[in-house]
Amino acid sequence: MTAAADTAPTRTTTPVFRRAVEGKALPILIVLGVIILIWYAFTVYLNAPWQIDAYERAGTEWTATDLVRDTMAQERPVLPSPHQVVAEIWKTTVGTRLTSKRNLFYHAWITLSSTLLGFVIGTALGVLLAVGIVHNRAMDKSVMPWVIASQTIPILAVAPMIIVVLNAIGLSGLLPKALISTYLSFFPVVVGMVKGFRSPEAFQLDLMRTYNASGTQTFWKLRWPAALPYLFTSMKVAVAISLVGAIVGELPTGAVSGLGARLLAGSYYGQTVQIWSALFMAAALAALLVGLVGIGQRVVMARLGAKP
Amino acid sequence: MNWALTGALLFWAAAWALNEWLARLNPHSASARRALGLLIPAIFGITLLVVWEGVVRGFDISPVLLTPPSAIWTRITSSLPTLWADFQQTFLKAVLIGYAIGCGAGFLTAIAIDRSPFLQRGLMPLGNFVSALPIIGVAPIMVMWFGFDWPSKAAVVIIMTFFPMLVNTVEGLSASSAIDRDLMRTYASSYWQTLFKLRLPAAAPFIFNALKINSTLALIGAIVAEFFGTPIVGMGFRISTEVGRMNIDMVWAEIAMAALAGSLFYGAVALLERAVTFWHPSMRSG
Repeated sequence: MTAAADTAPTRTTTPVFRRAVEGKALPILIVLGVIILIWYAFTVYLNAPWQIDAYERAGTEWTATDLVRDTMAQERPVLPSPHQVVAEIWKTTVGTRLTSKRNLFYHAWITLSSTLLGFVIGTALGVLLAVGIVHNRAMDKSVMPWVIASQTIPILAVAPMIIVVLNAIGLSGLLPKALISTYLSFFPVVVGMVKGFRSPEAFQLDLMRTYNASGTQTFWKLRWPAALPYLFTSMKVAVAISLVGAIVGELPTGAVSGLGARLLAGSYYGQTVQIWSALFMAAALAALLVGLVGIGQRVVMARLGAKP
Repeated sequence: MNWALTGALLFWAAAWALNEWLARLNPHSASARRALGLLIPAIFGITLLVVWEGVVRGFDISPVLLTPPSAIWTRITSSLPTLWADFQQTFLKAVLIGYAIGCGAGFLTAIAIDRSPFLQRGLMPLGNFVSALPIIGVAPIMVMWFGFDWPSKAAVVIIMTFFPMLVNTVEGLSASSAIDRDLMRTYASSYWQTLFKLRLPAAAPFIFNALKINSTLALIGAIVAEFFGTPIVGMGFRISTEVGRMNIDMVWAEIAMAALAGSLFYGAVALLERAVTFWHPSMRSG
């Protein structure tokens, strides 16, 4: 018996408080708070040596409060403080013109467009391949092991080569990056959809046969709806991984535009604040994309009659 | 139509027909079935290589655009010392050390927060969220913190492998059924006895799932982290510099090595899984 279970019936609490304690929101907020506190502590700890050095060179007297204040306001800190990163993000999103190359939204949009293009192509390809694998025994036996084996291959390592080679023959811009996202995102879709297309049980397939349903009818009326939950689950993985693909694809293009280019440029010039703000933008983008797929899943599942 | 292309297409058709025929066979003995399960994908793989070679020769594609497998093979055999040095730097140092520390830390953290449902509720959604993030982006920061040599790559690998391990282990620790836990309680077994004799074995399939995911992630992390700065050795370094010099056959050789290392790593973890979780339903054959 836990303490909470003992006291819960006797103590009268407001529903809001009860939900906060028993739900996930409060623990997440507290853990996040602790992480931010640790971050601030590390900011002071990691940036202090440089700052002390700077004080000694300038010959100024300093106190602990000075040190804490100044470690959080360095130009190129080892670890920027959270509020510096937030300020940088604010400055480069709202503070600059939307069309400017210094705007972070502009870079995020470049990355997002190739992510989405690659994700759409990859998902379509994955679904088609899964259809082939489910309906053709030879394809299942020969292709499936390679689909699984290819997941053990570090595909991202190929990324710079694809970009440079496609650049050499005059293909540049969106498509090469999207190809990497495609390559990365089609695996989870194939694996998930093969499982999904096979998820109808034998008696359901038998029922379709008693209706004298053709192969196409069985596919559209039974296999496809049965596979939809699997599709959305694998799409969540696929969209996250195609964002990674797009970011890595931007590394070798000479740091022109996109979040990956911001990362690379930041690391060349030691602009840590810029790296962190690009990282946070990428994280926000990932959360947005996965969230959107999740919303799509909920809408489609509701229309299919699933209970929430 | 020239002979290389025609030959490749003929080979493709023949291999396809052979595979169709083989797939329809239904041998009775288990060993024959296993051999068939290896043979069919092997034929498919060889076909891919032959078609690749044929297309490159048939259409006279420049080796910069697509290197034929034969040229890649010559390059692999002629530059083994370089490949071995890169393999040592990237795989034996960065990947293996980072993998061990990352997975170990994730595992221990999961055990540490196991007794606190509050921490679990707080950490699990965050862990799931972080797993979806492009963590690879921390690579430049790690290179700044830990320098150009392998420790910075190992650090990236640690961060990438930590969260999948954490999430899977926590999930696995709750996988044992209530009946089993009640039984342990009737034996008056302590928390640690229950943990070691019941809950950890029950969590093994989940833990091995994380180990398998991480084996791929670790290699990717180490290679991509090398794009941000390395000493003059390493798989990622070799790939990025040889691309710049348009030595695409060397890049392919390096990729083949990485693929081989990744597959062997994954295979080793899978074999270990088979040995440890032999009792699990997914391991039963037939």
